[in-house]
Amino acid sequence: MKVKALKAAFPHTLPICIGFLFLGMSYGFLMKSKGFSFVYPMLMSLFIFAGSMEFVTVNLLLSAFHPLYAFFLALMVNARHLFYGISMLEKYKNTGWKKIYLIYGMCDESFSINCTIQPPPDVDKGWFLFFVTLLNQIYWVSGATLGALLGYVIHFDTTGIEFVMTALFLVMFLNQWEETKEHRPALTGVACSLISLLVFGAKNFILPAMALIVLCLSLKKPQTTKGVDHL
Amino acid sequence: MTTFQSIATIFAVVLGTLLTRFLPFFIFPEGKTPPDYILYLGTVLPCAVIGFLVVYSLKDAVFSSFHGLIELLSLLVVAGLHKWRKNTLLSISAGTALYMFLVQTWFH
Repeated sequence: MKVKALKAAFPHTLPICIGFLFLGMSYGFLMKSKGFSFVYPMLMSLFIFAGSMEFVTVNLLLSAFHPLYAFFLALMVNARHLFYGISMLEKYKNTGWKKIYLIYGMCDESFSINCTIQPPPDVDKGWFLFFVTLLNQIYWVSGATLGALLGYVIHFDTTGIEFVMTALFLVMFLNQWEETKEHRPALTGVACSLISLLVFGAKNFILPAMALIVLCLSLKKPQTTKGVDHL
Repeated sequence: MTTFQSIATIFAVVLGTLLTRFLPFFIFPEGKTPPDYILYLGTVLPCAVIGFLVVYSLKDAVFSSFHGLIELLSLLVVAGLHKWRKNTLLSISAGTALYMFLVQTWFH
């Protein structure tokens, strides 16, 4: 039963494998270049397991100690998980003990596979979802660890390597822009963040930006939004 | 930051992340439907947050000596390349390589 589910899950995770190894390696390499041991990216990718937030955490670790701020930042950057969770309430039903891990390992990519792909009828749903999630996490943790280890061997001027995060976010932005007709949320996100950044400065703009985004999105609720599937 | 402070920071991030993942399953146990407003936010917030992340990753560049000019230039290349080839990994690696080249040679 398990082998069958693993065989059914694996092909769906292959594109994620390439992406995660590459991105995970850039992340691990970035952390090593900022002076962290490979243990950091390894454990962070294992326990946080939320790509964007892990990149953001590199910044946090390099600035002043403020755990409460880190907590709230994680809440906001990962707020999308709340909505992934809401979408998966039904699907994760009756999966037994695996449900705990399915929720723990629900990253963007595992969500998009588990949300859209129906396992073949002769494959156990719970194990299929489990292996999709597990394989993706294995790719990510391996990538992050390998990247950091590579940083011990390869030495070159890594100034500017943190731009990999900016480029990643822009590409994610462009991808979701292509996939949806409704661009208001994306534009609201950029506009509210820019306004807050200019008003409150780089250190304090995150909370106001988030509040402004939720406020602006709540003000205008077009009927057409219902049922729009952007993922 | 001391090692203890680093671990505490990572722990805080882990805790925040766990909360976002587990909360819906606590609030809406099997059989309970979330209100429309929450479902609506669920469809629009992810897109908005990605927009936020783009700005977040540029937060320091805007106030730097070149006011984000190098970043803007590199981002235009990333966007152009992505529009043309639609290859996520290519766009990211080429953009990062260009940015690193620019900050290491012409603009430091």
